Amino acid sequence: MSSITTREAPRGFSLAEYMTCLTGIVWREGLRFLHQRERFVSALVRPLVWLFIFAAGFRQVLGISIIPPYETYILYEVYIAPGLMAMIQLFNGMQSSLSMVYDREMGNMRTLLVSPLPRGFLLFCKLLAGTAVSLLQVYAFLLIAWFWDITPPSSGYLTVLPALILSGLMLGSLGMLISSGIKQLENFAGVMNFVIFPMFFSSSALYPLWRVQEGSPYLYYLCEANPFTHAVELIRFALYGQINWISLAVVAACTIVFMIGAIWAYDPSRGLARRGPAGGEG
Amino acid sequence: MTSPAPIPEQRETPQPDPAAVPALSIDGVSHAYGPRRALIDVSFNVQPASFTALLGLNGAGKSTLFSLITRLFGIQSGRVGIFGHDISKSPGEALRLLGVVFQPRTLDLDLSLTQNLLYHAALHGISRREAAARSAELLGRIGLEERAGSKVRDLSGGQMRRLEIARALLHRPRLLLLDEPTVGLDVKARADIISQVRQLVTEQGIGVLWATHLFDEIMPSDDLVVLHQGKVLARGPMSRVVTEAGAQDVNTAFMRLTGAQAMPGGGA
Repeated sequence: MSSITTREAPRGFSLAEYMTCLTGIVWREGLRFLHQRERFVSALVRPLVWLFIFAAGFRQVLGISIIPPYETYILYEVYIAPGLMAMIQLFNGMQSSLSMVYDREMGNMRTLLVSPLPRGFLLFCKLLAGTAVSLLQVYAFLLIAWFWDITPPSSGYLTVLPALILSGLMLGSLGMLISSGIKQLENFAGVMNFVIFPMFFSSSALYPLWRVQEGSPYLYYLCEANPFTHAVELIRFALYGQINWISLAVVAACTIVFMIGAIWAYDPSRGLARRGPAGGEG
Repeated sequence: MTSPAPIPEQRETPQPDPAAVPALSIDGVSHAYGPRRALIDVSFNVQPASFTALLGLNGAGKSTLFSLITRLFGIQSGRVGIFGHDISKSPGEALRLLGVVFQPRTLDLDLSLTQNLLYHAALHGISRREAAARSAELLGRIGLEERAGSKVRDLSGGQMRRLEIARALLHRPRLLLLDEPTVGLDVKARADIISQVRQLVTEQGIGVLWATHLFDEIMPSDDLVVLHQGKVLARGPMSRVVTEAGAQDVNTAFMRLTGAQAMPGGGA
C-alpha cells in the first residue's frame, strides 16, 4: 500500500486557482444564458415593450423639464431608457436567484458549494457571473434603443459600464438574499409581485421624482429611500459621463449589505442548515 | 543453502495501522431538523482503499449524513474529518480530498460533456489546459470520448451516472462518496458502475462510501454500516456483521437488526 495515510499540511489556494474558479463560473453562466434563447429574447422584449409602446403613449402626457444630467429638453423615451436598463438588471438579478432556487432543488447548487474554495468567494463569483449576463442584455438593449433615437454620447457607453456593474451586483445580491429565504420555486411568483413591481414603480425609472413630489410627498420619500431609484440615477448620470455621488454611495452601501446578508444566509451553519434536506431525503 | 524465508512484513494481512488517518471519520454526529432528529450519535470510519457500504432504507438519514460530510449543512454536534481535516474548521483542505456523486443528477443538461467537466475543474481551481487533458482522459476511461461534444441531455441514465463519477474524480480525490448512485438504472448499467467504482478502490486506493438500500450491491469483503432511523445499528466487515446478527446473508441480518428497532413509534 502506498503511503497515502499521512496527513497533509494545509496548502491553501493560490490566486491562479481563484481566478480559474471565477472565470469558470462566469463562463458556465454565460453558456447557460446563451442556451436559453427564450430568456434572452424575453429579457429584451420586456424593456422594448416599455420603450416602444408605453413611452410612446406617455410622451404626450408627461412633460419632462430640463433636469440633470440632461442639458436640453428630452423625449420621454430618452428619460426612461436608464430606468429600463436598471429594470433589465432587476429582472436578471431576480432570475439568477430564481435559478439558484432551481439549482438548489435540482442539486446543481451542490456542485458549486462542494468546491473547496471559500463559500463567500463562490457566491461572489456567482453574483459577478449574473452581472456579466445582465451586461449582455443591457448592451443589446442599448443597441436597439440607438435605432430608436436614444443616443447618449458615445463615451457614455463606456462610462456607464462601472455603474452597471455596481447596480448589477446590488440587484443580484438582493436576489440572492431573497432566494436564500425561498424554499420552493412556487414562492417566486410572490417575489415578483412583492419585490420587482413595487421597486420598479416606486422609483425614478418612469417619472422624475420632482413630479412624484408634486403628487404625493409620501411616495416621494418612499422613492428616495428605494435603492432601485439610486441604481437608476447612478446609471442615468453615468450614461452622460457624470457621477451622482449620493446614488453611488447608496448603491455601494446596499451592495455591501445585501452581499454580506446573502453570504451569511448561505452559510452552512446558519441559513441552509435550518431548512432541512433539499430535495429527496434518503 | 535454501533461499531465505519470505520477509514476513510483505505478506502481512492489512491490519489497520493505528497511526493511519482514516479517509473519512464520523465521530458522534447528531443532526436535527427542528424537532425531528435525523441523525443520532453516528460514528464510523472509512479507511483508504476500502469500500464501505452505508446501508439504510429511505429516510434512514443517509442524505443528511452526506450533506454534513459535504458541508452543505453545518455540523450541529460531533465531528467529521476527511483525512484528518475537520470539515468545519478547514473545509477547503477537506473538500479538496473529497469527490461526491449526489443522488439527484447534478449535471448541466444543455452543456456538453466536456463543458460539464471543465466547469467542475474550474470550481477546483484546475487550470484550463490541465482540465482539458484530464477530461479527455476520464471520458476515454468511461468510454464516452466520442460523445465529448454532445449535450448531456442526450445521454442515457447510466451514461450520465458514469459521467458524474468521472466528474467527481477530476480533481483526484482520495475519498469518494456516492449517494445511491444506481437508483433508476438497468441491470447492465448498475453492474458497470459498481465495477467501475470497485476498480477505483483496488487500483487507485480511493476510499469509497457507497450509500445504498440494495443488498445485492454489497460484497462480503466490504465494510458495512447499517443506518436505521438515524442510528448506526451495526458496523464492521460485512461477514462479521452478518455473523453477529446470527444471519446467513445481509438481507436477513438487516431485517433482524432493524426489526428489533422498528417497533417503538416516534418521529423517524
